[in-house]
Amino acid sequence: MSDIISVTVKVWRQDGPDSSGGFETHPQQISTDASFLEMLDLLNEQLNDRGEEPIVFESDCREGICGTCGVMINGRAHGPQKATATCQLHMREFADGDEIVIEPFRAAGFPVIRDLAVDRSPLDHIIESGGYISVGSGAAPDANLTPVPRDAAEQAFDAAACIGCGACVAACPNSAAQLFTSAKVGHMALLPQGQPERWSRTESMVEVMESYFGSCTNHGECHEACPKEISLDFIAYLNRDYVKAKVKNRALSGQR
Amino acid sequence: MAQSTRERYRVDPVRTRRRAWPFPLNIYQSAVGRKWVMALTGIGLVGFALIHMVGNLHVYEGPARMYEYAETLRTIGGGLVPKSFVLWLMRLGLTGMFALHLHAAITLKDMSRHSSDDAGLMSGAKKYAGGRDHIAATYASRTMRWTGPIIALYLLFHLADLTWGWWLGPDFVRGDPYHNVATSLSSLPVAILYVVANVALALHIFHGAWSIFQSLGINNPRYNHLRRALAAGIAGLILIGNLSFPILAQTGLISEDNRACPVNDSDGLVCLAEEAEGH
Repeated sequence: MSDIISVTVKVWRQDGPDSSGGFETHPQQISTDASFLEMLDLLNEQLNDRGEEPIVFESDCREGICGTCGVMINGRAHGPQKATATCQLHMREFADGDEIVIEPFRAAGFPVIRDLAVDRSPLDHIIESGGYISVGSGAAPDANLTPVPRDAAEQAFDAAACIGCGACVAACPNSAAQLFTSAKVGHMALLPQGQPERWSRTESMVEVMESYFGSCTNHGECHEACPKEISLDFIAYLNRDYVKAKVKNRALSGQR
Repeated sequence: MAQSTRERYRVDPVRTRRRAWPFPLNIYQSAVGRKWVMALTGIGLVGFALIHMVGNLHVYEGPARMYEYAETLRTIGGGLVPKSFVLWLMRLGLTGMFALHLHAAITLKDMSRHSSDDAGLMSGAKKYAGGRDHIAATYASRTMRWTGPIIALYLLFHLADLTWGWWLGPDFVRGDPYHNVATSLSSLPVAILYVVANVALALHIFHGAWSIFQSLGINNPRYNHLRRALAAGIAGLILIGNLSFPILAQTGLISEDNRACPVNDSDGLVCLAEEAEGH
């Protein structure tokens, strides 16, 4: 059963990184079966028809696994539904007559490119500083040659579920990227393949993270905003591993 | 297609790293290391708050026992060290922990403020026009940067009140804590101040004690659910103990009506010492 609801969309418009932005209001009639991004698509068609600039927002897979979409909807990253990315959110979550405030993810490390699109390349920078893992080149090894304990594999998979959307940074009152970084560090640190470079990877990823983002004060907002429900436990593991890494890397570099 | 790194990554770092300090001081240069320092000093400070509260319960045993407790603190270490030596070591340790805790808190708050474009100067939290209702953050965690300064100011008042005796003036008798506590807390404004400050302290400890586990990475899925309860337990214990002093002083339980010894710093203290001996 689909209904048509009328909502007021209050959306952030900003021409570029250096221009000042502001809100624009558009009334919208929409089916409750529409996804949130389809609602924006339809709005953009109307804007196009009227000869106005369409609203810039990012999306790619629209099935909740690429991490490209992501906006603040009524003050919540990815909107009101738990464990759901913006693209998987549907208009049935809203009621007739609602005002929907749509803003870009905000953080100093996420400058606005235009309207709702922000530059999340600092997250790539963190990944990049993680470097490589050592694997033997040559003929492909047999499957299951490296045994991985089941619990470690499960937990590594939980961490690897992170899609890197940046909702944790957007929801964090401190704009800290701890949940993202800890998930990325965590899934490698749990697997045997990640062990040789474990300590150098942890140290450099945390330090690049801290050059862009704030300091974690353990509010727990990131976990609530995360579309993949990454656990706060990974932040604890990261904090433990970072100081361990500081000690170990010194020993590994020949100083005791 | 040679693109420079600068073109591919347009976002400049919010802060640049300074030259690394020698190990292990370089741990303090990172925010994660600073949170470790906050957690470790937090353990010391919560431990102090708990022991201080338990020790002060001696006030319910009367002036002589309170005098004996204060004397015991000064004579820790027995005849091996000069009088008050160990006490001063502990005071220095506490002051150091306070200084580190404060420095880390202020610098980390600053770091977070610079990580959000439109963060308020004091609250540090960024603003969303859509209204930002916190889902997981507790009242205690959001008010850490308010309860912290309240506790620091209260601490200065508390030292001036019962250690240095600035407000009580001639009424302050050095070495007779029972008299000083009873006199100070019998004033209603002072009692209210102690109640307010201790509520702030309990809120601070409620978030802090849980946060310690997270910052140090003390994590065991089997026992994780106990961490909130432990934090609430410690904060609650300290709150109840500390609130009892101003409240019971106001209701008259801590009073000097039945006092046997005179109030002065010469024969009054001798009398208290003799009474304590007699127990």
